[in-house]
Amino acid sequence: MKKISTPYLLLLPGFAFLLTFFVFPIVSLAQVSTATPVSGGDIDDFEQTFRFRNYLEAFLDSREHFGRSIIYALLATLIALLISYPLAYALAFKSGKYKNVLLVLVVAPFFTSFLLRTVAWKQILGEEGFVVPPLRALGLISESTTLTSTAGAVILGMAYNFLPFMTLPLYASIDRIDPRTLEASGDLYANGFTTFRKVTLPLSMPGVVAGTLLTFIPAAGDYVNAELLGGPNNTMIGNVIQSRFLIPDYPTTSALSFMLMAAILIIVVVYIRKAGTDEVV
Amino acid sequence: MAKSPKSSALSQEARAILNSKVSRRGVFAGAAGIAGASMLTACGGSSCDVYKAPAEAATLRWGNWPLYLDYDEECAYYPTLDKFSRENILNSQYFEDYNDNDEFFGKVQAQLKLKQDIGYDIVTPTDWMAARWIRLGYTHKFDKTNIPNAGNILDTLASPSFDPTREHSMTWQGIMGGFGWNTEKVPGGVRTLDDLFAPANKGKIVVLSEMRDTIGIILRSRGVDLQTVTEDQFMSAVEFLEQKVSDGWIRGVKGNEYAEDLKSGDAIAVIGWSGDMFILKNDYEGKFDFAIPESGGTISGDNLMIPYTATAEAKANAEKLINWYYDPAIAAEVAAYVNYVTPVKGAQAEMEKIDPDLATSEFIFPTEKTMANLSVFRSLTPTEETSWSEAFLKASGI
Repeated sequence: MKKISTPYLLLLPGFAFLLTFFVFPIVSLAQVSTATPVSGGDIDDFEQTFRFRNYLEAFLDSREHFGRSIIYALLATLIALLISYPLAYALAFKSGKYKNVLLVLVVAPFFTSFLLRTVAWKQILGEEGFVVPPLRALGLISESTTLTSTAGAVILGMAYNFLPFMTLPLYASIDRIDPRTLEASGDLYANGFTTFRKVTLPLSMPGVVAGTLLTFIPAAGDYVNAELLGGPNNTMIGNVIQSRFLIPDYPTTSALSFMLMAAILIIVVVYIRKAGTDEVV
Repeated sequence: MAKSPKSSALSQEARAILNSKVSRRGVFAGAAGIAGASMLTACGGSSCDVYKAPAEAATLRWGNWPLYLDYDEECAYYPTLDKFSRENILNSQYFEDYNDNDEFFGKVQAQLKLKQDIGYDIVTPTDWMAARWIRLGYTHKFDKTNIPNAGNILDTLASPSFDPTREHSMTWQGIMGGFGWNTEKVPGGVRTLDDLFAPANKGKIVVLSEMRDTIGIILRSRGVDLQTVTEDQFMSAVEFLEQKVSDGWIRGVKGNEYAEDLKSGDAIAVIGWSGDMFILKNDYEGKFDFAIPESGGTISGDNLMIPYTATAEAKANAEKLINWYYDPAIAAEVAAYVNYVTPVKGAQAEMEKIDPDLATSEFIFPTEKTMANLSVFRSLTPTEETSWSEAFLKASGI
């Protein structure tokens, strides 16, 4: 008897944690999502009426924002991957004695606040920053074109902010690759590109999957970059959730949050199935 | 059009006040989003004489909007509040963390509902939010015998619909909503809605996220009376805004941050607030200007209120503080710093002594002619408040 119960007892703290910080909030969120305002009540009075239409209405009102969030997050993830892969590769194989210093540099942006770094980009890309005036002088952008308040600024902001989440898992998995496998590939007359395609890339897939997930998931729910670098036509689902929360319209907020979670979950499950890696999850 | 003294004509004292304010704003811009709670603490400077309350002194906690109380940069304290604390032997704590009406309400609402201490004895919501607090019963009723100066409130502010006898709220400052612009980029100025949406401004216009100001100004350009505005009229103005947003005319629907966009050149014409524009105008020596729209602007107020979670002792002290700031001399000192419309009768005469130029400022003491062109948005029912806000947010892209 004692033997059987021991593992369950050991699991108790974990279960208690999950119950308190995951199950309770989710249940509460689910309850609120089907509530409706009390007729004749004040602004913060809601009652449970199991109105599942809340979901449909919230979705129809914000489908544009859902679409935009997924597309922006995918593009940001792709850009981060394209920047991070060569970076992580160089860190793992070419950095020699500077490896630790360079790793610290990758993490260094985290020493300042996420918000401050995003505000800094707003200044850099602003009309009187050091990017716009030279481009304008060269005639590359017109007098009326601006770099902030655009989709490009939002996507780049996210790619920048989540870059370390992409670089570190990639580095961890590339670093584990035995250099002798690359030499063996060369000995078998594979050129550099073939070696990369047949050896390095497959062996680093766990890093690619982990990195893309760690970038995509927070990016899809992000609202800071859209708030600071975007304009009214670049708002994401996170901005809608925040604004509805403040009205306050808790049912819509909860329904949107649930749908965002579901959308991300579906995308992630499909992705992991396709990528076919057991190592990550 | 609102006139303000040319910056060269400003007295040295006023310039010092302005400069200290602007440099503080710069610090804030750098730390945007990270609201710092400023507390009255003693400083190290030898010339500073900052009051330090004895340990047994009662505490009074006041949550207010940023840059909304006279501040001495050198000694890092709030002179008028310091004097008040000294006279009443109080440990006054001042928090500049009221950044947004909805956000602040969201933060304290749950505790208010449960009648738990929210951490403030005085809060400063804008009229429409003050109306909500009063309606929900979240405020203490003033004991007017503690506020003999209450009679000094301007007649125009004395009986708002949400608090007809001013028993729950006293105006802290009045805010005019109108047009602001960059005089280099928009030399002709902005006086009508057509001026604002002139083709040259396309993509460089920012409007306020405070719907009563932005939609209010659009409505007034159509001759609508804000005291009787109907849902159809409101929604039609919202549609106009929505069209302008989706056609790329408007680069942002923002709160105070529109001032940063003007400074950085990202915005050249805005719907903005008088006090902010006054600072920009003076700091950049005429690079920016402000005008009340010809068809009429908006006026609103932020209100000192005592949450019903405050203790009896804190309530009495909060009433003393309200009384203190309704003393014309003190009100003038505050106005010289914040440059919003002062709600206190007699402050203009007191301002003559501090700075005669500011005493004629339309930003602080609008003339009757200006006041006649400003109007207040009517109170909304809870249902209207939700559905109108939602429509406005959708038009703003969120």
